[in-house]
Amino acid sequence: MSILERPPLAQVGRSVPRRDAHEKLRGAAQFVGDIVVPRMVHGKVLRSPFAHARVLAVDASEAEALPGVVCVLTGNDLTDLDPYWGHAIKDRPIVALDRVRFAGEPVAAVAAVDESTAAAALNAIRVEYEELPVAGTIEEALAGGAPMLHEGPIRPGLFHGLGELPPREGNVCYRYRIDRGELQSVFARADLVVEGEYSFPAVYQYAMETHTVVAQVEGQEITVWSTCQHPFLVRAELADLFAVPLTNVRVVVPYLGGGFGSKSYTKMEPLTVALARKAGRPVRIQNRVDESMVTTRRHGLRCRMRTAMTNEGNLLAREVDCWFDTGGYADNGPRVTATGGDAAPGPYRWHAYRVDARCVYTNTAPAGSYRAFGATHLQWIGESQIDELARRAGLDPLAVRRENLCRPGEELRSGAKPLDADLVGDVEQVAAAVGWGEPKAANVGRGVSVGLLAAGAHPVSTAIVRLEADGQVVVLVGTTEVGQGPRTVFAQIAAEELGVDVEQVTVRGTDTRFTPYDRSTGASRSTTIAGLAVQRAARQVRDQLEEIAAGDPLEPAAYPELLHRRFGLAGGELIGSGEVAPTGSGSYAEGPVFWEVCVGAAEVEVEPETGVVRVRRTATVADVGRAINPQLVRRQDEGATLQGLGNALFEEMVFEDGQLLNDTLLDYRVPSFADLPDEMTCVIVENEDGPGPYGAKGCGEGALAAIPAAVVNALADAGVPMQELPLTPERVWRRIQTLKQEGKWPR
Amino acid sequence: MIVELNLNGRPVRDDVAPQTLLLDYLREVHGLTGAKRSCDVQVCGTCTVLVDGLPVSSCCTLVADVDGRDVLTIEGFAELREFERFERAFVDHAALQCGFCTGGMLLTTKFLLDEMRPTTNEEIRRGLSGNLCRCTGYHGIVEAVAELAGVNA
Repeated sequence: MSILERPPLAQVGRSVPRRDAHEKLRGAAQFVGDIVVPRMVHGKVLRSPFAHARVLAVDASEAEALPGVVCVLTGNDLTDLDPYWGHAIKDRPIVALDRVRFAGEPVAAVAAVDESTAAAALNAIRVEYEELPVAGTIEEALAGGAPMLHEGPIRPGLFHGLGELPPREGNVCYRYRIDRGELQSVFARADLVVEGEYSFPAVYQYAMETHTVVAQVEGQEITVWSTCQHPFLVRAELADLFAVPLTNVRVVVPYLGGGFGSKSYTKMEPLTVALARKAGRPVRIQNRVDESMVTTRRHGLRCRMRTAMTNEGNLLAREVDCWFDTGGYADNGPRVTATGGDAAPGPYRWHAYRVDARCVYTNTAPAGSYRAFGATHLQWIGESQIDELARRAGLDPLAVRRENLCRPGEELRSGAKPLDADLVGDVEQVAAAVGWGEPKAANVGRGVSVGLLAAGAHPVSTAIVRLEADGQVVVLVGTTEVGQGPRTVFAQIAAEELGVDVEQVTVRGTDTRFTPYDRSTGASRSTTIAGLAVQRAARQVRDQLEEIAAGDPLEPAAYPELLHRRFGLAGGELIGSGEVAPTGSGSYAEGPVFWEVCVGAAEVEVEPETGVVRVRRTATVADVGRAINPQLVRRQDEGATLQGLGNALFEEMVFEDGQLLNDTLLDYRVPSFADLPDEMTCVIVENEDGPGPYGAKGCGEGALAAIPAAVVNALADAGVPMQELPLTPERVWRRIQTLKQEGKWPR
Repeated sequence: MIVELNLNGRPVRDDVAPQTLLLDYLREVHGLTGAKRSCDVQVCGTCTVLVDGLPVSSCCTLVADVDGRDVLTIEGFAELREFERFERAFVDHAALQCGFCTGGMLLTTKFLLDEMRPTTNEEIRRGLSGNLCRCTGYHGIVEAVAELAGVNA
């Protein structure tokens, strides 16, 4: 059916109000920290003060004797199980056994009648440490004679999703390499080569709700209420760790107070379950911000890159060596490294490239997922080299992109899904939105950036749609509501398929006991994959209704009558199920599920006397195939834009000898209302080219990768090329002083 | 110690430990969980409540210090007739995502409109800059508050 013949959509494409707004605005929405379980006690974690040390002895006897203390968990309580976990690499014990590898690593945990009693008991635990040499940076971890953080063979976790994991090389726990063409010969015939060394800082996701878990262990039954984005993966890791069947582990996820990747995979759940197991009572552990900062963070990156072009503006080749600082444990480091490696070349028609990305253990807090990982790390580097080449060739950076960007259907990576988006069209739109080509005042610059993010993760989702006897619809789906709005979007999809009002559809939180399997909430996958499962489930219900109606036109108001016709009473229900799997459904057989577009533009003004960079305008593209709810799409991009500005301009976790120096929100600044650009444009592009329902594909991450790159390019356009983020006033001011000495400022 | 205060328009009297924080008191004694804990250092604003109409970080305020005063939480605000227009504006502009900061954001907005009467977008941004939101990118909130204040966004 052509677009012209397609019947108009009633619910899809409409900015219906968020279904959760009422609860959330009135303070009635329940989060994990609001849940009180009968007999629940409170847990606090004793964390290592040292970045690297041997744990010689832990004496908890004094703490256990304190009034109000229920128990103290130490490594000695874990002798009946294999205590190592990690979805990528099983490298991490529930509590430190013989060694701590980062400052903040759990060494023991106390359960007590209240939080203050538990906190007081932590002071009574005696731990004997023997300090070890610290590898606090990538350079220190890779140096000859560096302390080795892990020994023995790599133990793959359940969900690394990276084929066969290569053996560890020193402190490099994972390595990802891709290449194409004859690199050296292509470089040899280049007119222009730009090369440089770059660094990107460790960043804190700062979900305002810290990691919080309530755990209850009753015999072989484990229940956790957790701030987790991926309840089914947590369930699997807990079942594996505590050696019980999957069905014995119940993971309940109410509303989440933000995630951005910080709540992906397993975090505080194993420790809380182990503590509850020993306490014989439900236990709640609620991190404070300083604890969440050392629970997970974004990887810091060091990168060496060079890019070659002809004088006429034909891009030729790129070579990338990069190192991701994954901290004391791998967490999601291998996947971040691979995704970063895939993002490194950028979506251009290269004659040759070589990417070598390493994931490196250091004695710092473990690093995992943060929105647009990999792409955010690499896009600003590659894109700043494209701009520098354009400057040297005297060409318009936009024109260079127009000439060299891959077109829809072209191959990006060998064996991967071809390009499924119109990048040239996208970048033209954002450039126009920031006034590309208009005259500029002094110290003002404009930049664009283009990139792609391999999105969708592993495409496995199931959903169940229930049509109740009163005509109300319930959608059961494992996507967690982190703020992105799936409960609204899935309600729209189900309403569309069944012809009912959105208000008649309810989507609740995840409870793995009742909700069907969904791999995860992340990688911009939910609308595309889980949404397709919801659509298929709703269609099954509609098929059943059509069968009962036996040729009569379907009228939503008459659904209760149809159910009565089928069941003979004012009861019964129709159940539809939908599945998405990587096989048998065409485009899902090849990865990634889709390429998320990371296209943005910025206009900045730099104040040379202070180094302050002010962002005047930003523009991003939400290339979503089809916007199920345009307002939610726009809000996703705006949120990602502000996070992108934070990552670009001032967010940085500062470690010294493995110690985090800025572990409060006073010292670690995130964007506030004061950091809003004067103009923020989100262009929604709907080419119906996505593999999800109604041609949809995901969004919400691309803008975060695009914005730092656009800001860096805009600042270089204003005369200040930078190779180190964030662009703090001090760093920018120092760069301007160097440029002055080199006679390059003012230009 | 005994504290007596006017909580959401109703007098309450409780025996509390002197070091009890207002946030814990509201959440644990009265089950008012709309105020959330996040930064603990008066930066994020998600624990905001109004004390005699002024926004206060309940995570850094002793309940002893609000003895005899009026405390309004998001649950109490939601009961007031004026709340409906706040709710409508925040819904219309999708000025919330995860909802964790939303209660504090609404209470600060109430204070801003009641006491500061912003006339420009700039004043709205400045007035709300003690409340963080990591999800929305702020734009929708500014739009909603501008509409409530009668300011062109």
